[in-house]
Amino acid sequence: MHLGESMRECEYSQISTRSSTPMETPYKKRTPKRRKWEAFPGRNKFYCDGRIMMAKQTGVFYLTLVLILVTCGLFFVFDCPFLALQLTPIIPVVGGALFLFVLGTLLRTSFSDPGVLPRATPDEAADLERQIDVANGSTGYRPPPRTKEVVINGQTVKLKYCFTCKIFRPPRASHCSLCDNCVERFDHHCPWVGNCVGRRNYRFFYMFILSLSFLTIFIFAFVITHIILLSHQSGFLNALKYSPASVLEVVVCFFSVWSIVGLSGFHTYLIGSNQTTNEDIKGSWSSKRGKDNYNPYSYGNMFTNCCAALCGPLPPSLIDRRGFVESDAPQLAQPTNGMTMYGATQSQQSHMAATTPLPSS
Amino acid sequence: MAETHSLQDLQQPAVSSKVFVQRDYSSGTICKFQTKFPSELESRLDKQQFEETIQTLNNLYAEAEKLGGKSYLEGFLACMTAYTIFLCMETHYEKVLKKIARFIKDQNEKIYAPRGLLLTDPIERGLRVVEITIFEDRSIGSGR
Repeated sequence: MHLGESMRECEYSQISTRSSTPMETPYKKRTPKRRKWEAFPGRNKFYCDGRIMMAKQTGVFYLTLVLILVTCGLFFVFDCPFLALQLTPIIPVVGGALFLFVLGTLLRTSFSDPGVLPRATPDEAADLERQIDVANGSTGYRPPPRTKEVVINGQTVKLKYCFTCKIFRPPRASHCSLCDNCVERFDHHCPWVGNCVGRRNYRFFYMFILSLSFLTIFIFAFVITHIILLSHQSGFLNALKYSPASVLEVVVCFFSVWSIVGLSGFHTYLIGSNQTTNEDIKGSWSSKRGKDNYNPYSYGNMFTNCCAALCGPLPPSLIDRRGFVESDAPQLAQPTNGMTMYGATQSQQSHMAATTPLPSS
Repeated sequence: MAETHSLQDLQQPAVSSKVFVQRDYSSGTICKFQTKFPSELESRLDKQQFEETIQTLNNLYAEAEKLGGKSYLEGFLACMTAYTIFLCMETHYEKVLKKIARFIKDQNEKIYAPRGLLLTDPIERGLRVVEITIFEDRSIGSGR
């Protein structure tokens, strides 16, 4: 047949049509394969060959780590021997367990991907731009802010177009200006953990502040106990002289307790009502905005909201940090005739009409 | 494009256009794609076939994100082990994603590739879109 004739004329070997990469070039690739994290467009820092992901500014995170390690270290070295002997050895055991849990959740919060949305591929971006231009009517200069409305559980939610990531942000997502990424279910950017808090690491963040509250109260209580017991033996001032580390611990714990416990309480309220810090600050679902304003994401009762936030399925990372950067995907061929463009425009118009409800309704 | 005729028969079919099926957020933040049939595919594919593919995909993602006894147990167990359990076990979501990858490969082999189309797994596009690549139809042309 035709193919057979062609094969005799020029000796090209059949190329597999199953792969989606373009025709293989005869020369070898000059550059070695890079992992995707090396080409990541956001302002993040990666460690351990892409396994660890943090924000750019990590100074405060190291401060958090130092504060926790030093305070706990002092507690175990100076207070625990006395307390274990005088009271019970369970104290250092419980303290140790709490400390390990705090550290584990802190590292998990700081090192994991908070739920970053990868930026749109050039083809996707071009497709969306075409749709928006069609909907707005092509104007030259400064395009107006682009929004799409969607009705979720009876509430109208506005989806905003992100100019950096070139996507319409899903509901509850927000663009973090510090990390320059859109993050799903964006809560806030926490400098203390050196990362954004979003869909994928919110539960670790909550567990961290909750366990840190317990740890802080635990250490505060037992250091005070230590000082009181020592005071009974040798007077208050001597007690402070015997155990100067305890003074430092009390000071650190006293100031931490107010903020950490307060934060835990606040986040417990947020989890119970299934809101993000972002939504609460903006008052998105506040009844002050209108009588019919309610949170469409809430499951109705506090218990289900808590379970969903803390024990729900953990979504995978969407950015595939350790995958390899592929060579350019097959780009769209230039439209060879007017027919293709016309057909495409028509479908986009109907597509946009379906997604944007008419204002009259 | 300046290509010889003999080369055209053997090289990778050129990409004619791409259709992007966007997410449907009407049920909230769960992963769900719009089932509206794109008009670019009218000449290549049955509307029903397309809707079936998207609906099955939506059901699979719903299964991955389902809140229920099993997911709560997994979450609770993970919390108790300080999330170290995920070093040796894959999450329920990851298991379903593998199922979805198999489903898409299957659909491509049986339905889409014979029609000169290619479904891209949404996970490769950050679960934003289902990308359908339309290849130039050369098979009909070579007969002439």
